[in-house]
Amino acid sequence: MSVIPKPAVTDIFGKPVDEQKADNYLTHGRGILSWLLTLDHKRIGIMYMVLVLAAFFLGGVFAIVLRTELITPNETFFADATTNNDFYNQSFTLHGAVMVFMFIIPAIPAILGNFMLPLMLGAKDVAFPRLNLLSLYCYLAGSAFFLWVLGKGVLNILFPTLVGVWGGGGLDTGWTFYTPYSTDSTTAVTAATAGAFVLGFSSILTGVNFIASIHMLRPKGMGWFRMPLFLWALYATSIIQILATPVLAITLLLLIAERTLNVGIFDPALGGDPVLYQHFFWFYSHPAVYIMILPAMGVISEVISVFSRKHIFGYGFIAMSSLAIAILGFLVWGHHMFTSGQSALLSAVFSLITMTVAIPSAIKVFNWLTTMYRGSILLATPMLYAIGFIWLFTIGGLTGVFLGALSVDLHVHDTYFVVAHFHYVMVGSTLFAFLAGMHYWWPKMFGKTYSEKWAKIGFWLIFAGFNLTFFIQFVAGSQGMPRRYATYPDQFHIYHVISTLGSYVLTVGLFVALGVWIHSLIYGRQTPANPWGANALEWHTTSPPPHHNFNKTPPATDPYDYSHWTYDAELDGYVLNEDNEPEEAEAAHA
Amino acid sequence: MSTANADHDHPAHLAHHFDTVEQQFDSAKLGMWVFLATEILMFGGLFCAYAVYRGNHPEVFLYAHHFLDTFWGAFNTVVLLVSSFTMAWGVRAAQLGQKNILVLMLLLTFLGGVGFMVVKAVEYYGKWEHATFAGPWNNAFFNEDGQFVHPDKLEDTVAYGAKKMDKKAHAVAHVDEELGLHDTDAERLVEKETQEEHAEQHEAAEAQDAAVAAAPGPPLPTDHSDFKPAHNGPGGLSDMFMEDGAAPEAFVAAAAASAAGHTFVTWEDLDNRQKGLVSQFFQIYFMMTGLHGLHVLIGMGLIGWILFRAAMGAFSPAYFTPVDLVGLYWHLVDLIWIFLFPLLYLIH
Repeated sequence: MSVIPKPAVTDIFGKPVDEQKADNYLTHGRGILSWLLTLDHKRIGIMYMVLVLAAFFLGGVFAIVLRTELITPNETFFADATTNNDFYNQSFTLHGAVMVFMFIIPAIPAILGNFMLPLMLGAKDVAFPRLNLLSLYCYLAGSAFFLWVLGKGVLNILFPTLVGVWGGGGLDTGWTFYTPYSTDSTTAVTAATAGAFVLGFSSILTGVNFIASIHMLRPKGMGWFRMPLFLWALYATSIIQILATPVLAITLLLLIAERTLNVGIFDPALGGDPVLYQHFFWFYSHPAVYIMILPAMGVISEVISVFSRKHIFGYGFIAMSSLAIAILGFLVWGHHMFTSGQSALLSAVFSLITMTVAIPSAIKVFNWLTTMYRGSILLATPMLYAIGFIWLFTIGGLTGVFLGALSVDLHVHDTYFVVAHFHYVMVGSTLFAFLAGMHYWWPKMFGKTYSEKWAKIGFWLIFAGFNLTFFIQFVAGSQGMPRRYATYPDQFHIYHVISTLGSYVLTVGLFVALGVWIHSLIYGRQTPANPWGANALEWHTTSPPPHHNFNKTPPATDPYDYSHWTYDAELDGYVLNEDNEPEEAEAAHA
Repeated sequence: MSTANADHDHPAHLAHHFDTVEQQFDSAKLGMWVFLATEILMFGGLFCAYAVYRGNHPEVFLYAHHFLDTFWGAFNTVVLLVSSFTMAWGVRAAQLGQKNILVLMLLLTFLGGVGFMVVKAVEYYGKWEHATFAGPWNNAFFNEDGQFVHPDKLEDTVAYGAKKMDKKAHAVAHVDEELGLHDTDAERLVEKETQEEHAEQHEAAEAQDAAVAAAPGPPLPTDHSDFKPAHNGPGGLSDMFMEDGAAPEAFVAAAAASAAGHTFVTWEDLDNRQKGLVSQFFQIYFMMTGLHGLHVLIGMGLIGWILFRAAMGAFSPAYFTPVDLVGLYWHLVDLIWIFLFPLLYLIH
């Protein structure tokens, strides 16, 4: 092959594509309307990326506010204790609500799922492209409610007379909106729950779309057990999204009705039952934890196999364990309520089922480890994040078993042990998998290389910062430090100082990762079609993909069989060996 | 458009990302079924909330449901059932390409929706007139901190309820006579109460034994308390903190009704706390029928849209997906009403 003077767009065989013919989705249409009204799943995915990352930034600002407040045992921001406590309450509530509803639930399905699902299916789009765009606008509308809540809160602080004009702003109920406090709170609970309600629609529509796409758009030759595992994970996630989210919708609707119309389903003064709210809420929100983690596990299954240059081990077990987690996830919500006064028998049953979730989770971890065993591991950035994921998920998962054990939970309930546990699962696992997926698919999404060196520096900062922030919280929690307090006894000071410093390191690391991406967009070189030598169908097209995804539909083969790709040093990527792929050659002539 | 699709014949309604019309139709249908599953889950949550409230306060439902008009409820049930039938016929007509029948059937279905909403509006208006409306503004029973907010309206509304109850009692007595039945709400509840009482006595004796065995602790749910609540969950908490934990409240009303020889649980049979909860029946009624009514309106909008398209000749045996999907949705809306009607109107 001749030396290519300037990196050009190359096809899967490493041949340069004619500049005139090189169509890609980023340049396919021009102008702002070609983005806002697009039905292209790739552009919708990119728009989701911008919005979700903005939400992540917002949630992160609150996180830093929280950690900074906790750096001293007494009031840090305001001398007046009430003001300070109110400020802290609102900060952790908005941190939780924004991170859960606007970042971590949509992060992997809406960005990476939207972008990759049709490509992995060898399809041109999701089953319902218009619904897909609608789900983006639902996300936007729901987020607008939260911005309204936040803006109102800020303006009320700056101009206190406004409270009399338009009522309280901000949100201080905790992200769970527990009654009866949420029905009495003077903050903007109604607007915030309306926002979460609308965001739920975004989630439901994405779920409907993914289920229909996976059922109906699989190409010839891709049976259910030849799908990439990321698709299995998205399928299991979608099932949860469509079955659990509507229950949250009606719960929030009842809560809004309670605040506006005095419907007393949850209000004991009106004959209602506040614990019923907790049951309803966790019927959604526990499965929602698996909305967060299942797609993350799907990303890890892809990355581990590709960077070990080895076929995934135990494909069927990984696929079925996703479904098992989705189903079991519906039966464990009561473990959030061990101290709520539910019956002891119920608690014991929930405790037992909770521990069974550890089985499919462990199946996944062992299969990933076995995939790595005797593979030729390439420690590229996505693989570092994936290995980080396994490490952190194991800690987060096993501490979940502690919390599932009834007698232990009664002691550590509502302490920093719980905070540390769910941050290990949500941040340590889901965020790491999200970053693994972003670095893995980045060359495909934008057709640009990024700086491996700085991406790795970003990883190490995030990994160190994360563990520094949260590992110490297990200790603080087991020593009795309760969550959701702005001030605390001096004995906990050292834990909080370490945790806060860790959170600063974590923040720096995240900005390094962001800097790597922005640098790549501006200065990155053109990447080949398949830089990692993966074999799922999204790598069977140019980078970035053309508007219609594939110039000709690729035949579906085993997504974890890498033997047909050969490394090409000039391209710094893999090219498809035509002789080894009779099916491919056949399709080319058809 | 990719080269693969450019060279073969391409029906106008086939989207570019599907290979065949069948694939597109099946996808749409699957998507609709999945969406209906979310609807069922959402209403399922609402029914669950209803069940919990009714289970905790049966007397409120026994008393307040008399304000609803069973005749109009039944009438609306028939209207929706007929409209479901015409919808199904419409789908069949679309499959067979009978355009005129399709348009007629969609029109009838739409009119069914109109009829339902008109009756609902009449019913809602009645609720407004008799001060039993949604929200705190025009509900005579609405209660805040143990005080009726609109005491001036209370007398008229209670009298209206009593009148409706009388009318129904006569009708029921007549039917009972014909059939030789004597059961009343009150009798059935008293029977249940007797059973409950036995259980209560048994538990009370046990609790006493335990109390004697150990030194009495504070009645708080701490590890050191020997207090044994009779119920789990919030019921147990109310045992501890509420003064009137002597008898299960729900059945006091029934006992009173029975003692007074009433067929139904009347206003006089309720104690003060129960009277304060009566407005909740109407709140729940409006919440459930309101959400359902919203779905009917959305359904009518969709039917109007496909009616227009059908009249323009958009559908054929080769393409009738929207008719089929709207039909599915309409049947679900109908089905939800089939559950709402007995749960709200036909209470014993």
